[in-house]
Amino acid sequence: MWKYILKRLLMMIPVLLGVTFIVFFILAMTPGDPAAIILGDQASAEALELKRIELGLNDPLLIRYFNYLLNMIRGDLGTSYKNQISVAAQVIDKFPNTAILAVAGILVALLIGIPIGILSAKKQYTALDNTSMVLSLVGVSMPNFWLGLLLSLLFALKLGWLPSQGMGEEFIPLLKSLVLPAITLGTGAAATVVRMTRSSLLEVIRQDYISTARAKGLPEKIVTKKHMLKNALIPIVTAVGLQFGQLLGGAMLTETVFSWPGLGRLMVDSIASKDIPMVLGAVIFMAVMFSFVNLVVDIVYAFIDPRIKSQYRKAGFTKKEVRA
Amino acid sequence: MTETNQELIRIEDLFIDYETDDGIVHALNGVSLTLHVGETLGLVGETGAGKTTLAKGILRLIPDPPGKIKEGKIWFEGKDLLELPEHAMQEIRGQSISMIFQDPMTSLNPVMTVGEQIQEVIRNHNPELDKEELHAWSCAMLEKVGISADRIDEYPHQFSGGMKQRVIIAIALACNPKLLLADEPTTALDVTIQAQVLDMIRTLKQELNTAMMLITHDLGVVAQNCNRVAIIYAGEIVEIGDLRQIFKRPTHPYTIGLLESIPSLAKDVERLNPVKGMMPDPTDLPPGCKFAPRCKFVCERCAQRVPDLIDIGDGHMVRCINSKDTQSYASTRE
Repeated sequence: MWKYILKRLLMMIPVLLGVTFIVFFILAMTPGDPAAIILGDQASAEALELKRIELGLNDPLLIRYFNYLLNMIRGDLGTSYKNQISVAAQVIDKFPNTAILAVAGILVALLIGIPIGILSAKKQYTALDNTSMVLSLVGVSMPNFWLGLLLSLLFALKLGWLPSQGMGEEFIPLLKSLVLPAITLGTGAAATVVRMTRSSLLEVIRQDYISTARAKGLPEKIVTKKHMLKNALIPIVTAVGLQFGQLLGGAMLTETVFSWPGLGRLMVDSIASKDIPMVLGAVIFMAVMFSFVNLVVDIVYAFIDPRIKSQYRKAGFTKKEVRA
Repeated sequence: MTETNQELIRIEDLFIDYETDDGIVHALNGVSLTLHVGETLGLVGETGAGKTTLAKGILRLIPDPPGKIKEGKIWFEGKDLLELPEHAMQEIRGQSISMIFQDPMTSLNPVMTVGEQIQEVIRNHNPELDKEELHAWSCAMLEKVGISADRIDEYPHQFSGGMKQRVIIAIALACNPKLLLADEPTTALDVTIQAQVLDMIRTLKQELNTAMMLITHDLGVVAQNCNRVAIIYAGEIVEIGDLRQIFKRPTHPYTIGLLESIPSLAKDVERLNPVKGMMPDPTDLPPGCKFAPRCKFVCERCAQRVPDLIDIGDGHMVRCINSKDTQSYASTRE
């Protein structure tokens, strides 16, 4: 098992190399001169040239890329063009805010998604099932930012119950400011979770071992909880993991709508101001988060399904150990 | 075999339908059966005849929708199972009446150890037991079906098909049920394993004095294991009697056909001799005798009304209006 985890961590290296490579070159090809962005329109040609040399912009692209990689290994993601603060420091500064929002959003998604998904599957083709399917279709289709705007119109502007902008500092204001963005993020994710839970459960419900469980005389509640849900969990965990990985990278639209000081907004602002090292750093961080959550999901599989666990064991063996 | 004439379960006029988009499937059409304490009844019929529906119907495990138990009574220990509330039914399932399902590969929960799965049924019906007692009981069950108790913490994927079926049998017999419904318990197994598993079921049921309804389409299995035989066709019992009555004096044309279709070792047979034709579409059953379209002895009266199940002597019942002719045919057959 530990070998498997180590293997997976090592496999993240090529993924990150690929991500940095692609993003680095795309950003290098975007029009606009970083020196001019930093010094402004009024700067003289000499000043611009000096800045370019200082930033190493006159070096060939590949050299710049390798320099960037070398710095990255040391934990240095460069400094922001806009405010001369280290990119890594800014990302780490914003990440907790995004993490809070992501956790709250995923909680909303789970609390709505799992129970409705279960009910929907157990009462397939009833009015309840049809309603929840239509609602989840609406939930999937509705753009996040639009729902966010509607929610803040109603609860912030009209009713004045909750703040529409920013993030509270103290615990209670923080909770209050969290409600609307978390619901905005959570409903979208909940719709996916409902559909995943329902379809996965429907597959399990028809399995023979469910008949075996019922033939033991178990109450339906236990059959659902112990036999159906655990077997249906893998696709649900996958879906939730993907959603969570995305949210951890920052929800750009939702964070912008609610002025949430997280990674998503940092990213949007940096793109708008052509702050290339900042964008690059944020994207790499998102990729790391996403791969990491995926790894956690794969490890969780092993705890749900013993068949997967035994596969991991085999996958962790080197040839030497097999012979021994 | 221990045999008393004490009645254990009596099914009266059971009708079960499946309401599908393509129409109503009449799976059971008035099945009546009696099983006695300790007896083994073979329920024989081809695929789709309603064998599994009958077994699941007794335990009220027919998925609804689409399945509906339309009418009938199932008397067990003085109570009509069809009238019982769900929680009372749950007490009966796994405790008084158990079921073994067809495919051992898919009948065990893949994410629970076999020990947990055996313990679950014991705990469900004996909530007063503590952990050690449960463990000891489940180990004993595992040993009883010939699996070493140190494999109790293993998962189903670590067992072979025959071993899984043994675990399923251990689950079914754990609470010492009075009636075991075995739905083709060996169909999915290798022939050598089949014999082992059947031997084991037979020994255990004798030891525990459990009555069994053995569902199968293998007449050889019936001959070795059963006291009585019921032949089911298109949701109706067409013939029922003692093992000897059915094998020596088969009377319903379908039973005769089934027995004739067994290839003989003594004779040089070029081709198999099947019962010609197909079972009627259960959404659109013919009026009158359902076997009439395939029957050698068919006459005009056959299509007019469903023949009654009549006693032709010593509890040997046949649903055929030409039973005299068919019997004389069967006796000249050899």
